[in-house]
Amino acid sequence: MTGHAAYRLRTSLVHVLLVVSAAIVIIPVAWTVAAGFRTQISLLMGELVFTPVASNFSEVLFSKTSDFLLNYRNSLIVGVTSTAICLAVATLAAWSLHRMRWPGWVVHIFLAWTLIFHMIPPIALAGAWYTMARTVGLDNTFTGLVLAHATLNLPMAIWLMGVSIRDVPRELEEAALIDGATTPALLWHVVLPIIAPGLAATAVLAFVFSWNEFAVALTLTMKQTATVPVAIAKFAQDFEIQYTQMAASAALSILPALVLLLIAQRYIVSGLTQGAIK
Amino acid sequence: MSTVSIAAAAGKRTSARRHDASLKDDRLWRWLTFTPALGLMLLLSVLPLANLLVSSFQDISWAQGNAVRTSAGLSHYHALASDALFRAGLVNTFIFAFSAVFGQMVLGLGLAVLTSKITRGRVLYRAIFILPILIPGIVIGAIWKLMLNYDFGLINQGLALLGITPQDWLGASETALLSVIIVDIWHWTPFCFLLFLAGLESLPQDIFEATKIDGASAWQEFFHVTLPLIVPTILVTFAFRLVLAFKVFDEVYLLTSGGPGTATEVVSFTLYQRFFTEDRIGYGSAMSMAVIFIVSLLLVVALSARKRADAAP
Repeated sequence: MTGHAAYRLRTSLVHVLLVVSAAIVIIPVAWTVAAGFRTQISLLMGELVFTPVASNFSEVLFSKTSDFLLNYRNSLIVGVTSTAICLAVATLAAWSLHRMRWPGWVVHIFLAWTLIFHMIPPIALAGAWYTMARTVGLDNTFTGLVLAHATLNLPMAIWLMGVSIRDVPRELEEAALIDGATTPALLWHVVLPIIAPGLAATAVLAFVFSWNEFAVALTLTMKQTATVPVAIAKFAQDFEIQYTQMAASAALSILPALVLLLIAQRYIVSGLTQGAIK
Repeated sequence: MSTVSIAAAAGKRTSARRHDASLKDDRLWRWLTFTPALGLMLLLSVLPLANLLVSSFQDISWAQGNAVRTSAGLSHYHALASDALFRAGLVNTFIFAFSAVFGQMVLGLGLAVLTSKITRGRVLYRAIFILPILIPGIVIGAIWKLMLNYDFGLINQGLALLGITPQDWLGASETALLSVIIVDIWHWTPFCFLLFLAGLESLPQDIFEATKIDGASAWQEFFHVTLPLIVPTILVTFAFRLVLAFKVFDEVYLLTSGGPGTATEVVSFTLYQRFFTEDRIGYGSAMSMAVIFIVSLLLVVALSARKRADAAP
């Protein structure tokens, strides 16, 4: 075998392995989405060929007994608000910690604390959050869950924004200060445009993580404030599981992630890799 | 004194005053920018921890929305020491975390090396492989509850085609934990892949050209060049994933609820039951404190291992 043939064989082997891996990723998702278009009987019979029906989706979305549209709205409210709060707080904090001459121990202790906090299973704190929220009447409100999600994402956001902020050239900052810019003007007009890509990456991830979060949403919400994951989990607990409706809800719940994957893949990749590698 | 030097002195005075003012301004803004984050962390991490610590010595019941606390002394901690469910949860969590993360690391590294070898289609493969990271954990659970279903799941259907008898993957105690581990590998291999691919892409390419010119085989290149170069990425990814794996809750909640028996009982699920299905807040708090202590211990071990690795030449 010539070297060239060996090289071509190796390249096709690489492609075969990659296609198989891609199939392993896609098939479970596609099969579940397809199950959302089947009747319960067709699914239980294990038919391979089936006539698609839309009844599961209309049942999940518009039936009087289903709260899914409400859950969807709740998830959007919680996701957007908690992301906005998390970004604002984290960006200011990252700026403060990396550029405003805090004594070293303040920075170290705070960042170490965010690291420990990130490691603790949220459910270990959820009990205390629930007790505290219930005492001040914040259980079953959006406020409690929004604050909890903003805080859960805060460590990641502070690290990611810290990476962006350390890249802001100090000369630019000094030039702005010499021109007499106040701190808010400096942050708004000089720093913000530079860290915008970092902000976008952090925003996408914070939103996705809030959208996906289950344990805390389960414990801090009730019927009126339940988010999408809580609603999907309910299906699995029914005595007789409505598999096809569960599949339809699952399909609907990954729509935001699919949209973000299509329009913001660059930011997702940079967000996920920067936090770990830098 | 000439007018010039008077003007210079006045100028010096105003600039000194402006300097003072900007320092004060600086200190003000330093606090204003840091306070929101500090406040949020104090309110939602330090205060709850204090709350857990106090509650762990108490029994708590609810009367008209108010917590009624009675002292329980050290009884919760004594009970914890002989709690078989908690011990099973810890053991399962460790088995789960280490084997799932090991599987993800190996597969993720393999996929990253393969993907880095191709030039066309890299972005498309990356988009496909990222997908599971973005799907809610509870939906991953739903997907695999369908896939692994005894009667109609795609896995058993596929096995039937191969002539293998269907398995009750989630219902049998021998396969339940294994199934949850495989689902977690499916869920998070993409994350390891992504970090490894980024690590590989950041390596200087001339090293690989030099290896090729020297006539190294693909295996030699991998073990002697690639692997040593991305050890830092591997360590970071391992630590990152292990932390997340230790927190596993969503998939277990949906797939097995800790069963059958205690086969898939994990720490987060045990905690959830104590707090929210049994309403034993005091005992749950003691368990939380124990879990947080173990987590901090892991962090100390990890940090000292890194320090030792840094110190080594």
